[in-house]
Amino acid sequence: MRVRTTTDAADAAATGIPAQRGRRARGPGGRVGSEGGLLNVFSHGVLLLWALMVTLPLLWAVMSAFKTDKEIFTSPWSPPSGLHVDAWGRAWSQAHMSQYFLNSVIVVAGSLVGTMLLGSMAAYVLARFEFPGNRFVYFLFVAGMSFPIILALVPLFFVMENMQLLNTYPGLILVYIAYSLPFTIFFLSGFFRTLPTSVAEAALIDGASHTRTFFQVMLPMARPGLISVGIFNFLGQWNQYLLPTVLNVGDDDKKLLPQGLVALAVSQGYKGDWSGLFAGLVMAMLPVLGAYIVFQRQVQAGLTAGALK
Amino acid sequence: MQHGKYRFIAGFLALPLAIYGIFVISPFVQAIYYSFTDWTGLSPDFRVTGTDNYRRLWNDDVFWTSVGHNVLLLLVLPLVTIGLGLFFAFMLNVGGRRRKNAAVAGVRGSGIYKVVYFFPQVLSIAIVALLFQFAYNPNSGALNSFLSAVGLDSVRPEWLGDPDLALWCVMAVMVWSNVGFYVVLFSAGMSSIPRDFYEAALLDGANRLQTFFRITLPLLWDTVQTGWVYMGIMALDSFAVVQIMTIGPGGPDYSTEVLSFYLYTKAFRDGQAGYATTLGVALLIVTLLFAGIVMKLGRRERLEY
Repeated sequence: MRVRTTTDAADAAATGIPAQRGRRARGPGGRVGSEGGLLNVFSHGVLLLWALMVTLPLLWAVMSAFKTDKEIFTSPWSPPSGLHVDAWGRAWSQAHMSQYFLNSVIVVAGSLVGTMLLGSMAAYVLARFEFPGNRFVYFLFVAGMSFPIILALVPLFFVMENMQLLNTYPGLILVYIAYSLPFTIFFLSGFFRTLPTSVAEAALIDGASHTRTFFQVMLPMARPGLISVGIFNFLGQWNQYLLPTVLNVGDDDKKLLPQGLVALAVSQGYKGDWSGLFAGLVMAMLPVLGAYIVFQRQVQAGLTAGALK
Repeated sequence: MQHGKYRFIAGFLALPLAIYGIFVISPFVQAIYYSFTDWTGLSPDFRVTGTDNYRRLWNDDVFWTSVGHNVLLLLVLPLVTIGLGLFFAFMLNVGGRRRKNAAVAGVRGSGIYKVVYFFPQVLSIAIVALLFQFAYNPNSGALNSFLSAVGLDSVRPEWLGDPDLALWCVMAVMVWSNVGFYVVLFSAGMSSIPRDFYEAALLDGANRLQTFFRITLPLLWDTVQTGWVYMGIMALDSFAVVQIMTIGPGGPDYSTEVLSFYLYTKAFRDGQAGYATTLGVALLIVTLLFAGIVMKLGRRERLEY
């Protein structure tokens, strides 16, 4: 509620267009044509305002990353007096940011490959083959989407400890795969069901095994679906915070990027190294934003894929 | 042939099922069992204590405070986020200047708006929470220095430090980071609604507001409902924002305590793993109740077009 009202008030201030104007335009006097014109001004005003609200905090962080600590503290909104880049070096090497990046790359590379491979295998079998228990297995997987993960985390911590997988990369990879399977299987089995059966049948008649048909015929046909769910899983796993916070509590330099950033915030906060902190934040932010801008269409489609049927 | 088929099925399902069973299903089942024990999590010994944990839960003030906050989040977050999402998506798709023969048109640059709105969605919630922690800083944060700059020096709230304001600050961050997702989602839905529908309605004298409630919303209903469940599940979690951003965390004075974070402190700080799983079971029940209610209330005849 609060957000709504501040939006309207600030909107009027920022664009100089009274909020009522859009409403008046819809009154009985306005013909359809002029209504379109006024509505257009109104909608651009509102849309621009939200665009500013989204970008300003991000720009503020980028700007702060180039300032000195004193500037950050005394004049948060003024531009940096010069390009102070020494904070970037401090964050990258002394504060382990390079190590966090590497850790995240290792874990996400492993878990993404594993999720896509195992997820598509299970989805294919569940979508295209009839066997006793098929529906049961499918719903077992899909049910995992609606349960609060945090409930499972307490016993999972001790399962991992007993298997000596706690605070290890293989352990994290396995857990990331396990918690990505429900959505991956839900999405891909729906996708496999829409593919024509004739091509696979032809391959089987030509003597290809089921395994070979899957890898050489069905997977290439499912490429658009694989890309969508792959992007979804990549972002979900790269940005994952809850799982490593509970299951990766060993040495400081083994942390993954999101939890490493939080550790950085605490340690640099003690030292008063605000610029180093902002440099770390921006460092983590820019690659993802950059990749998103390049692949925006695919990313938007991938992330909203599950909600649109 | 038949033999080969079953061997293939088993071969493809074995590994995914094993990983899923060990790391997802078994912990969930164990969690429900542990909720009836006095397990500390520190030693392997524990006793089955029946419903003791549940009785303790009933009399635990912090638990009820957390439930209250979760319910508030559950009511406010989906309403505001989906409301703003629908509003912006409608503006993007119908708010444009009339062109040629089209009765309704999208605004210019709607693609750019969507790209920008989606920014927070691709960032880790850890980055977002840290960013806003600084923005909310009462002394050097972006918000208060902005207020000073526009001459509102006397206002300067404490934000996260103010018990009456802290939970609203948490909500604002969650709205900020999720609106873009719903704009893109609803926008995709709206662009597939045939333009003739709007044309006919406008010719019949309807205004834009009416077209939204009579055409857009009913045709998007399925997507809105799915979105509502998504956002509700997010509101029930909200672990990362509370743990990273708030004072305490969970404070000041339990004003931002939520079930997920309370569970975390009980399990991993206080050595009360058994009781923590009881809190988790409560969270599970609230989640299932919520999803059930939304599905039940939202049931409508599906419109084909």
